[in-house]
Amino acid sequence: MSAVSRGTPARPRARLSPARRFQNRLMGALIALATALVVAPLILIFVYLLREGLGAMNLDFFTKTPAPEGETGGGLLNAITGSLTMLAMASVIGVLVGVAGGIFLAEFPRHPLMPTVRMLSDVLAGIPAIVMGLVAYGLIVLYFGFSGIAGALALGFLMIPIVVRTTEEVLKLVPLAVREAGLSLGLPQWVVILRIVLPAAAGGIVTGVMLALARVAGEAAPLLFTAFGNPNVNLDPTQPMSALPLEIYRGATSAYDENQRLAKAGALLLILIIFATSLLARRASRRR
Amino acid sequence: MSEPARRPPAHAPVVRPAPFRLSSGSDRVFQLVILGLASVIVLIFVLSVYQLGRESWPALRASGLRFFTERTWNPVTGTFGAATMILGTLVTSLAALLISVPLAVASALFVAEYAPKWLANPVGYLIELLAAVPSVVYGLWALFVIAPVLARWQTTFFNPELYPERFALFTRCSALWAENQTSLQCLFVPNSAAGRGLALAIIILTVMILPYTASVARDVIRLVPTDQREAMYALGATKWEVISRAILPYARAGILGGVLLALGRALGETLAVAMVIGDSQEVLKSIWGNASTMASVIANQFGDAQEALHRSSVVALGLSLFFLSVVVNFLARLIIARLTPKGIQ
Repeated sequence: MSAVSRGTPARPRARLSPARRFQNRLMGALIALATALVVAPLILIFVYLLREGLGAMNLDFFTKTPAPEGETGGGLLNAITGSLTMLAMASVIGVLVGVAGGIFLAEFPRHPLMPTVRMLSDVLAGIPAIVMGLVAYGLIVLYFGFSGIAGALALGFLMIPIVVRTTEEVLKLVPLAVREAGLSLGLPQWVVILRIVLPAAAGGIVTGVMLALARVAGEAAPLLFTAFGNPNVNLDPTQPMSALPLEIYRGATSAYDENQRLAKAGALLLILIIFATSLLARRASRRR
Repeated sequence: MSEPARRPPAHAPVVRPAPFRLSSGSDRVFQLVILGLASVIVLIFVLSVYQLGRESWPALRASGLRFFTERTWNPVTGTFGAATMILGTLVTSLAALLISVPLAVASALFVAEYAPKWLANPVGYLIELLAAVPSVVYGLWALFVIAPVLARWQTTFFNPELYPERFALFTRCSALWAENQTSLQCLFVPNSAAGRGLALAIIILTVMILPYTASVARDVIRLVPTDQREAMYALGATKWEVISRAILPYARAGILGGVLLALGRALGETLAVAMVIGDSQEVLKSIWGNASTMASVIANQFGDAQEALHRSSVVALGLSLFFLSVVVNFLARLIIARLTPKGIQ
């Protein structure tokens, strides 16, 4: 290095020794190769699921429940309705607590409880989903049995930290002057927050909620012993419910070809939904 | 991933109390409602610890600290020691980390430093989508696509009976241990279970945690000031020299945070691992052999555990996993939040 800095480089390219040039090229090539390796699994998975799952995605897939073990035909209607029901219930918990937590962290930063809430929401983000399933089991299933509510509770708990974090960040992007303008008009703080600050940040909050939904829509681990699964279409949240990731898990580990086929089609449907949701969310957040 | 340094300091949006507050009563009600909802977060944490603690108490009381050192986990005899699962969790997570970190950092460098914009954005998208693929889908793909490949590979390349010369080095290195089946050559003893086992779990975990390290690394690499790069280019450095001596040392702390975040994910990753690791409580001998992790045992056994002590032991695994991942994630966030801005300035 020092040798280079002493002279005045008239033609810097020519001063590059072959060894250094080779090293530079080699590392560049290795980095490109590593990136290709990182991206490859995604493409391989997607192509595999398209090839294997697309054929099984017929009308029956969306309108029937799985056929009994060993028989052919059937679909995943029970899983689709179960996933939708539980995600709807989970987002009530996730949005209510998550947005409130975000407002609390962003708008009351001097509150004595604020550091605790911030730390614990970070801690919640790190709890493995399966452990959240154990918790929901102990809180609900132990007393009321397997149910969609228990599953939705576990998923809602998993949504909270994601919603808290994104809400807090977008609320902090709303200029302080907006709040001061509202307050200077004599509006109480709650009106300023609910009617001015929240609408200004609504796009970002919706993005956060969508990302959280995309994240928990694929979780099967916390549902194993909360929602438990159900071979029939069930819309009663106090009863066991199925979900797409649960059926994928059961089908993939099943010995029957027919169940495996449904699992692959289910996996294709699930990642299509998740990719669409996260791309939409990201597109929306980038446009602002 | 968030970009810590661009975030305003915690106290930025303080709303100063207006001098003429007309309706402080309604404000107080609003604050109470928000506080009440926000404390649900605290409540969830407290309930989780209480719930897991209460349910795992019988197991921890029965086995004491031996729960963590005992190698036997046998529901039939009522012996519950988690040592092999803890080891399984650590081995799979750390091995996956070891493989994924260089790849993740390289892909982050590619996106942030090498790729032109038209390529950087789509590649960044794809890496983020990798994080969005659900665990079960990874598990399904590993079972149906990679496992058969590994199975074929083991019966050909890694078969010590067919190709003893490929194991000659290991055999010589460890001739002393060869008799009690713990020699290094046993590390590659093939497994008949259709490609499932430790190796497959490590492969799939590697793919799953890649995007977490990659996106944090990309964010901190982008935060390295341009001056830093330009100064070195001005000295005549090559691109790789700039990266290895100016960018990576600067971004080191942030990348470490991303690595810990990925470790936290790997420790708690459940279904993909449970589907492919083979679910066996034998001591880890071969990388092709069956094994289990704490999370995979919870997924596989909690539903079937009839006996109180068995069930309680599974929850005790959950409690240990809870604390392990809380500590790792906490460290990760601490490093990302504190060290990165300091290192950058």
